[in-house]
Amino acid sequence: MTLLTVENLTLKFDTDEGRITAVNNISFEVNSGEVLGIVGESGSGKSVTAKSVMQLNPSNSVYSSETKILLDVDGESVDVLALEGGKELRTVRGGSVSMIFQEPMASFAPAITIGAQMVEQLLLHKKISKAEAIKISIEMLDKVGISDADKRFKQYAFELSGGMRQRAMIAMALSTNPKLLIADEPTTALDVTIQAQVLDLMKDLVVEFNMGIIFITHDLGVIAQTADRVAVMYLGELVEQGSVRQVLKNPTHPYTQGLINALPKLDDLDAPLTPVPGDIPSPLERPSGCVFHTRCALAEPRCSESIPQMTNHGEGHSAACFVAAEKVEAL
Amino acid sequence: MNKKPIISCRDLSVHFPIGGGLFEQKQFVRAVNNVNLSIPQGSFFGLVGESGSGKTTLGRAFLRAVPITHGEINYSDGEKDYDLVDLPKKQLKEFRKRAQLIFQDPYAALSPRMTIRDIIAEPLEVMNLTSSREETDELVREIAHKCRLNLEHLRRFPHAFSGGQRQRISIARSLVSNPRFVVADESVAALDVSIQADVLNLLKSLQSELGSTYLFISHDLSVVAHICDMVAVMYLGQLIEVAPTRELFSAPRHPYTKALLSSIPNLDPDYQSDAQKLEGEIPSPTNPPSGCKFHTRCSYVVEHCKVVEPLLEHPESSHDVACHRWEELMNIKEIPVANLA
Repeated sequence: MTLLTVENLTLKFDTDEGRITAVNNISFEVNSGEVLGIVGESGSGKSVTAKSVMQLNPSNSVYSSETKILLDVDGESVDVLALEGGKELRTVRGGSVSMIFQEPMASFAPAITIGAQMVEQLLLHKKISKAEAIKISIEMLDKVGISDADKRFKQYAFELSGGMRQRAMIAMALSTNPKLLIADEPTTALDVTIQAQVLDLMKDLVVEFNMGIIFITHDLGVIAQTADRVAVMYLGELVEQGSVRQVLKNPTHPYTQGLINALPKLDDLDAPLTPVPGDIPSPLERPSGCVFHTRCALAEPRCSESIPQMTNHGEGHSAACFVAAEKVEAL
Repeated sequence: MNKKPIISCRDLSVHFPIGGGLFEQKQFVRAVNNVNLSIPQGSFFGLVGESGSGKTTLGRAFLRAVPITHGEINYSDGEKDYDLVDLPKKQLKEFRKRAQLIFQDPYAALSPRMTIRDIIAEPLEVMNLTSSREETDELVREIAHKCRLNLEHLRRFPHAFSGGQRQRISIARSLVSNPRFVVADESVAALDVSIQADVLNLLKSLQSELGSTYLFISHDLSVVAHICDMVAVMYLGQLIEVAPTRELFSAPRHPYTKALLSSIPNLDPDYQSDAQKLEGEIPSPTNPPSGCKFHTRCSYVVEHCKVVEPLLEHPESSHDVACHRWEELMNIKEIPVANLA
């Protein structure tokens, strides 16, 4: 079942230096029970894309008129961008959609106990008594693997370790039974051993709650181990999309290929590290045509003149590259 | 690698006092505890561990940038020898010309009000290494060229540069005084993957070109695997395994090293790790466990581990490990699941 449909999302920010394009004409879908990974480097627009789903972008953001974000709420299709005011938005924000952030210390209020924060948001979103909210919160803490949940419930964020805080964050996000969970770099601030624990937990929860998850990360390894489908972003454009196996084992866009080659791999220590040449252009100086042509080894004159469209390479695998499209056609 | 060590330490400890208010008992964070380590001259030496393992403190101790609680550190680059623990102020200044630090965050490390030329020239001016402005400019241009910055870049301010370029500026500043020993603390952690490889390649080529020694501190094992000759693994203020990179990654001996390696997410979606993952988290360094520091999270723990602390031993000359049971464990194929009972 399609949970979220994003069509032609274009988002610009009005700043002192002019109107900056953050996301340019991207479309994707998320089904329930599915993890969609969005990968990209800093400045690629991955966080901004996910925040659009909850209208969490700052007031200087401008959406194009073609932009459509449709969310399925109990069989009804809700146009997220048409929602206005706190009350209407709350059905989506924290209701049907929850979000986990990168830095769990920054997402909990430091002077209020974990429990009080969990209960507060439950009471906002659900018509239940306080006693029930407390019960649900402690059950959720227990479910995400926090020992002594009733003791932790009364503690403050600073009393928990990093991994524990992120578990509490997940418990809080899931206590309202969201249909869609947005996880923005949820394990980036954690150590690898703790990251492995949190990823395992998230994988179990997808199955149990049958949610859709948008998993944002810069780490291709994390994507490989968690996501079902991947969308690769570069400078606000979607450059490649497909199932995890298609994209990671058989990447067609030169940027995806470059990212994979730049990654140090443990199974071949002799392989040279091949960086993607050049630097990421500033959003103020967006390249014309294909945004990647300034760093692409295969760039041809046409790449700087016209914008390549997403071309289907079969079975839901698509990429936006002239050269890759011709190669596939030739096969 | 039978070269003489440029830095060697014996029983090195760095403890930081915390608490100790009027009625509180004074406690200590044992950031580095009884570490013995030698870094061979001309090597690219990796130091890995989770956050809170003490890797940054150990790196800074080698630069005398933290107070040493006890132990010895000796520096010897063939020209100058220093006993870093008892170093008079004047000699400490001399030593600082020979050792440098490259920071993690290229956005925080550069003053926004100085031009790139001034940023790179500052160490030379502070340490009085040049006699004229022309000489300074010459050295700045030389190192800038090596770090792939052009003359036009030198006139600009840091805000005009991207993360990768900033890190190259930061590297140029650290290397302009031609240090013999460089500590690179998480120097690529803040960079994007496509840029990270570029900075790693640059560091490696500068190291072989200038013949200096690097201590490369990182939490990222796959980066260390690609760039370092030797690796030391740290846990709760102690070294638990030290080996040539290839050996450490192909035949790790300590259960912690094994667990760390198996925690790295594999790029192949179909990869099924049969190794088990670590339970729990790193204990607090104020109150470390008795015996082997790792016993609270280890699946192979026996009573002996909880009481007696294993020492870093030299089974052969080069591969050290601090574990009572490593030899038995090398023969175990089937990995038992912890807490089955």
